Amino acid sequence: MIKLFITFVFSILILSCTSTAFAMGGGKSEFQAFDTPNDSGKSITLRWPSSPGESDHVEYVVYASTTKNGPFETEALRIKSNDMYEEGSDSSYHLAVVETDKLFNKEASDNGSSIEYFFKLVKVSNLDSTSIGVIASATPKGNWFNSSRLNNFIILIIFSILTLCCIKHAKKVPGLFIRKIKGLDAIDDALGRATEMGKPALFVHGLNDMDSISTIAAINILGRIALRVAEYDTPLKVSNIYPIVLSVSQEVVKESYLEAGRPDAYVEDNVFLAASEQFPYVVALSGIMTREKPAANFFVGYFYAESLILSETGAATGAIQIAATDAFTQLPFFITTCDYTLMGEELYAASAYLSREPLLLGSLRAQDIIKGVLIGVIIFGAILATCGVDFISSIFRPG
Amino acid sequence: MNFFKRTIPMIIAFVMGLLMAFQYYVPHESSQNLLKVVTRWGMIISGFAMFIGAYSLFHMHWNRIRQKVSGWGYSIFVFIGAGITIIFGLLNGGEFFWNDKQAGTMFDWIFDNVQVPAGATIFSILAFFMASAAYRTFRARNKEATILLIAAIIVMLGRVPIGTMISQYIPVVADWIMSVPNLAAKRAILIGVSIGVIATSIKIIFGIERAYLGGGD
Repeated sequence: MIKLFITFVFSILILSCTSTAFAMGGGKSEFQAFDTPNDSGKSITLRWPSSPGESDHVEYVVYASTTKNGPFETEALRIKSNDMYEEGSDSSYHLAVVETDKLFNKEASDNGSSIEYFFKLVKVSNLDSTSIGVIASATPKGNWFNSSRLNNFIILIIFSILTLCCIKHAKKVPGLFIRKIKGLDAIDDALGRATEMGKPALFVHGLNDMDSISTIAAINILGRIALRVAEYDTPLKVSNIYPIVLSVSQEVVKESYLEAGRPDAYVEDNVFLAASEQFPYVVALSGIMTREKPAANFFVGYFYAESLILSETGAATGAIQIAATDAFTQLPFFITTCDYTLMGEELYAASAYLSREPLLLGSLRAQDIIKGVLIGVIIFGAILATCGVDFISSIFRPG
Repeated sequence: MNFFKRTIPMIIAFVMGLLMAFQYYVPHESSQNLLKVVTRWGMIISGFAMFIGAYSLFHMHWNRIRQKVSGWGYSIFVFIGAGITIIFGLLNGGEFFWNDKQAGTMFDWIFDNVQVPAGATIFSILAFFMASAAYRTFRARNKEATILLIAAIIVMLGRVPIGTMISQYIPVVADWIMSVPNLAAKRAILIGVSIGVIATSIKIIFGIERAYLGGGD
């Protein structure tokens, strides 16, 4: 399995290097056209040497045709002669990408990758037009792997394997040590307080829809909280801003009550859609906090400007407040107004921490190992960069 | 029953999770088409889910009015507001809802003159909440709070002309605080979040994390 994985990674490496080398062509030459690397096969890149002393008054115009002899009537590109230089070429080459599917009629575009496109470069000044380059041609081809994201892909694979290995290890060796997270330990206290006071607990979802991983993490936490709430027989109110999150939350809370053997205690209206816009959502929740005075407020998910209004209102009602968010811009507000705040990654660790399942705890160990490696790489990279070697930063360059 | 409630959702999560993770690395047209199709599915599901949301909203407020719970009077405004907006939305300026949306209708007027100012009013309250939160935070109760207080004062002064008038170094120090310690902390949080996101995704894709399906495991 490991051999297969190594072979696979090396094949991708070799393929990506060779395809880029072939695509770019070698040596310094005149007007060039080549298939744009790492694209869907709907563009061609044009490259030509710049002339010294280029100005705003001179333009480069590229005409396209599907036959070598023309006619070159379709204008594919028009740029100022001192614009669009190739990155890293020290302004000695122009580089432009032409989207071929927008050049000709639909029939021609539908034939797609089999078409060979011909381009003619013309330099236009106020006085005359001069064809300065030979006609260049290329056929666009779709790529099956984006080689500029190879570093990202390798890191993902390594991290995935490490996580799965740690989970497997945790299955064999239970009782993994995990540092205390005060905010998560306080959940039981907050729910206990709500039970003693006979008041509800309020769970507030963030402003992202179900496609956000922070909302999925919030749902995971909701499932654990709902299980405890059902055992304590305390009402749990869950506010939502998106209907899909509402449906999932209803199902999760219902299942948790069922799991706790209290399906009769589940009230459908307690998991509700408060509003579908940001500030109406704030108003609806502030009203609930002020009128019903929940004993515990949980703000979990991704929040925006509403974070402070919500948490400050909750603080004014005297509720125990626990926030968990990966929105770093809102963290100061939650830290100021809430009793406990789970910062960033703690939001994603919460489900494992609350359940204490060895399998889930295993993934936390993998996260810690990766963090350790990254800290080492950052320190090593900073030292190298200080010495003028940017090797590490080139490895982590985004694609 | 467990098969439909657990196994099938987990299979869907596994297949779609892997497919969409690898889609990011494949620029080919078929991969882009897959992304378009899946995005369209998401939009269609969201459209249908709106009915569930509307039902939840009306059902809850109707029960509040029926049971006369605390603040039930506000629930009447939900029906009045929603009713008026829906009627004008369906009327669509006399062209009715089956035609393209018309501009300058009563529906737009309600949005521009009721919802937008009401939202702006709530947003403006944020300034007052920020002042009260800042007052609580900036009391120098311990070492950390004192550092925070000093840093905040320097950054605030560095952003206004009076800072430069006091000393030309204040804006420089303010910029350094924002671009060095502040940025470093922000990046550290972001790296932690990204690792957490990947770990959570792996757990969901491989069916290790199942809390989102409801109940225990």
